[in-house]
Amino acid sequence: MKELIDRIIIQQLGHDPQSWPLTQALYLLGMLLVGMVLTTFGAVFAGLLSWWERRIAARIQSRIGPNRVGPQGVLQFIADALKLILKEDLIPSDSDHILFRIAPYFVMTGFILTFVVLPFGYRLSPTNMNVGLFYVVSITALVVVGILISGWSSNSKWSLFGGIRAAAQVVSYEIPAGTVILVPILMAGSLNMHEIIRAQGGAPWDWFMFQTPWGYASFFILFVAMLAEGNRTPFDLPEAESELIAGYYTEYTSMKMGLFMFAEFIEIAIIGALFTTLFLGGYNLPYMSDAGFAFPGGTTVALPHVAVVLIQLVTFLVKVMLVCSFQILIRWSLPRFRYDQVLRFAWKFMLPVALANLTLTAIVLWSHLKGPM
Amino acid sequence: VKVAYERKRYWNEPTLTLWERSYLPEIVRGLVVTSGVFLRNMGRWISGRKGALTTYYPEEQRADFAPINRGKHVLTQRPDGRPQCIACNMCATVCPAKVIEIEAGFDPDDVAHPKFPVRFEIDYSRCIFCGLCVEACPEDAIRMAREIPSLPSANRHQMWLGLDELLAWNPQKDVAKPYPPGPTTRRTP
Repeated sequence: MKELIDRIIIQQLGHDPQSWPLTQALYLLGMLLVGMVLTTFGAVFAGLLSWWERRIAARIQSRIGPNRVGPQGVLQFIADALKLILKEDLIPSDSDHILFRIAPYFVMTGFILTFVVLPFGYRLSPTNMNVGLFYVVSITALVVVGILISGWSSNSKWSLFGGIRAAAQVVSYEIPAGTVILVPILMAGSLNMHEIIRAQGGAPWDWFMFQTPWGYASFFILFVAMLAEGNRTPFDLPEAESELIAGYYTEYTSMKMGLFMFAEFIEIAIIGALFTTLFLGGYNLPYMSDAGFAFPGGTTVALPHVAVVLIQLVTFLVKVMLVCSFQILIRWSLPRFRYDQVLRFAWKFMLPVALANLTLTAIVLWSHLKGPM
Repeated sequence: VKVAYERKRYWNEPTLTLWERSYLPEIVRGLVVTSGVFLRNMGRWISGRKGALTTYYPEEQRADFAPINRGKHVLTQRPDGRPQCIACNMCATVCPAKVIEIEAGFDPDDVAHPKFPVRFEIDYSRCIFCGLCVEACPEDAIRMAREIPSLPSANRHQMWLGLDELLAWNPQKDVAKPYPPGPTTRRTP
């Protein structure tokens, strides 16, 4: 981004970025622009995902689902958001007003900020952070703070129980998730999202998921842990409708509640993006390089950079949608765990398996290392 | 014969096998079931058939209404097509939801039934379909039919049905019970 703005300043405006006084202002403008584009993209994607989930759920339950607004009901999310905005914004009089107001923004920010490093295509991510994966894992920890705050500040038993459950569950599952996320890092040798994707190939057998048995195992361990961290069924105890109304956001109304819902759907998308990056080869397509396609018969198709990036973007989003659809299928198939089962599963099964998996991977990779031990 | 103590067996005793208790195969089985239903319904939609069990109201209506379903009101007619209603207001009086509004007219030519409804309107947004109006009617002028009216609309005033719709019921027989012959003068329309 910085290089791009520098180049624009030099070539289009004819100034030296080092000495031109408006350079910083242009940087700021660029950042704002990227932020708005990403947030809008996230909002639209999450909205479409909500429609997608409702339609799939309807198919599974032999219903029809939303189909009135727009073709096949695609624009349903706009109507929903409009309705939420028009609703009265109630704040319970006994709640902690300040905390109650800021809680949804913690949840939102935690998810929106992960977009900063998501690799949508070659060079198509807002920043190319060399600790990208670590950044994702740490910034999503902000979400549980928001959930806790909302559960506490609502001054309602349902919210409080939801917040407590979310805290226990998310903190428990972050340990196996953090352990098992080291496996693709070991395999790629980098924390950079782009490096991890580059270490994989286009064909499915070049993906980390199918390269090795421990990659395969860690895909499922991480998937279960991520479902639990994202409060998705079968681990949706914090917002268990049948027990806790809506869990930690029971008392929220209007767009604050909409933000929680939005965060929930954007989390599905982020989990999908994370799995696409770590295990499913990211934006790689078979026979595709940065210059275009090179098929084994010797035929090559040269493509401009923009076309390559667009194809990669589409590939990435299709893979993300596949992972999201799998999550949705799980949500509409499985019943909820009991609270003690969830925690026992985390500590007595997930953590040992994740540790064993990591140790195995480390030993195998270490034994293949060349050079002095 | 005295039976020794026998432990009572409950209908909901846990009977999971080891295979089921290992959880994972059952998860996979559940996913297979739901995705099977999903694919079947999706295939039906794609091939132009209906992949849902629900009725797509108001475009579709259920075909399985009971024959005695109280769907909407109908006003019966005399053999010459005039409403049998004599605007006595008994249905409007007995109606617990107070949804029937009748405006009576006077026809001096019809000696037997000088009162007739000029306006007969029912508010279906409030009607509870109890059928008391049918019970109260002394003339068998109002009945309830199996069909349901097409009401969905963006305007609540569209939920009023008037004489034109209530009189649209034209069954082949039993239009009205035959009246004893008497000094009735037919009103020419």
